[in-house]
Amino acid sequence: MSVALVPLAFLMWAVTYPSRALPMLAPGIERLPAWAVSYLRLAGPAALAALAAVSCLLTADKPPHLLVGIEPVAVGVCVLIVARTRLLFPGVAAAVVVVAVARALGVAA
Amino acid sequence: MSGQSLTADEQATGKAVADSVRDSRRRLTRDALAISAYALPVGLVYGLTALQAHYSLLDVLANSTIALAGGAQFAAAGMVKDGASWLAIAGVVALVNARHLLYSAAVAPYLTATSRRERAVMAHFLTDESFALALAHFRRIGGFERRGYWIAAMAIFVPWTIGSGFGYIVAGAVNTNQLGLDMAFPAAMAGLSLGMVSGRRDVAAALAAVAVAVPVGLVGGPSLGLVAGAVVGPFFGLAVPASPTDESSAPETPEPFSEAGLP
Repeated sequence: MSVALVPLAFLMWAVTYPSRALPMLAPGIERLPAWAVSYLRLAGPAALAALAAVSCLLTADKPPHLLVGIEPVAVGVCVLIVARTRLLFPGVAAAVVVVAVARALGVAA
Repeated sequence: MSGQSLTADEQATGKAVADSVRDSRRRLTRDALAISAYALPVGLVYGLTALQAHYSLLDVLANSTIALAGGAQFAAAGMVKDGASWLAIAGVVALVNARHLLYSAAVAPYLTATSRRERAVMAHFLTDESFALALAHFRRIGGFERRGYWIAAMAIFVPWTIGSGFGYIVAGAVNTNQLGLDMAFPAAMAGLSLGMVSGRRDVAAALAAVAVAVPVGLVGGPSLGLVAGAVVGPFFGLAVPASPTDESSAPETPEPFSEAGLP
């Protein structure tokens, strides 16, 4: 069994753990300027939104192209459901069903 | 006599405190079970996402236990699938998880009586959910309780790890594309981003990130687009006046961002 991505797990830990541990271990270090704290708060939704966008709007070929198809529609359905329920799983499940049905009917690749 | 009376008072006070801790812990356990029930299926989605990025089962379990960073794990799997460099992945993971700095700072005052070694271990398990559960418990009882922290920590760690391993195994046995399971990743990212939105600043940051990521991605590839969107987007958020619901306008009272059932 491959362990090629286990070092990546350690790398991810190495860039995550300081955020989790520093204020606990070195009190006072969290006293950042207010704008920096606000930036950190905004980085999460920004990074994930960017990731969702490049995942469903860009093709994987080189150079990438804009993807036109059922995928952005399915993500839109997910967003609507999550916005209403504040729960992730029903939204993801709906997106999967939309694409599966479209592919079964032959209207999506 | 007065000594006996004081002792009785002390005993009564001690019993009241113990009852209060027990009540709070009962509530904590109930809330923790609800979060566990939700973390399991989301872990399943992560498992199948990782399969599509060609992780091995060991890779999946290592990521879920060592990194223990749900949203960032999804992000990393997507970037691995797109062939991004590990440096870019590390940058995005650091950015996505930077919010833990605020959680840690909020919990730190309750941990002054614990040893540095114990705090170092506890920090590994500090996630959106464990933070929310533990802080609420500490506030209810007015102090630190070790067992409470570990209930909160394990409520997400155990189901997340089991769910991701199980999801990987199940997904390996089916045609994921035919079943539309390849949509789980972008849908989960969009849903997670929305789960972190609490006001107009978050909306502005997310929309700006998308507006930057797509054109930059078209020119320089998806990974560059992602990093550009993630770095630039928050500046647009900062430029927008905060609304009363914006968590980014109240840095002294951090609350967990995600309600999505992820570490």
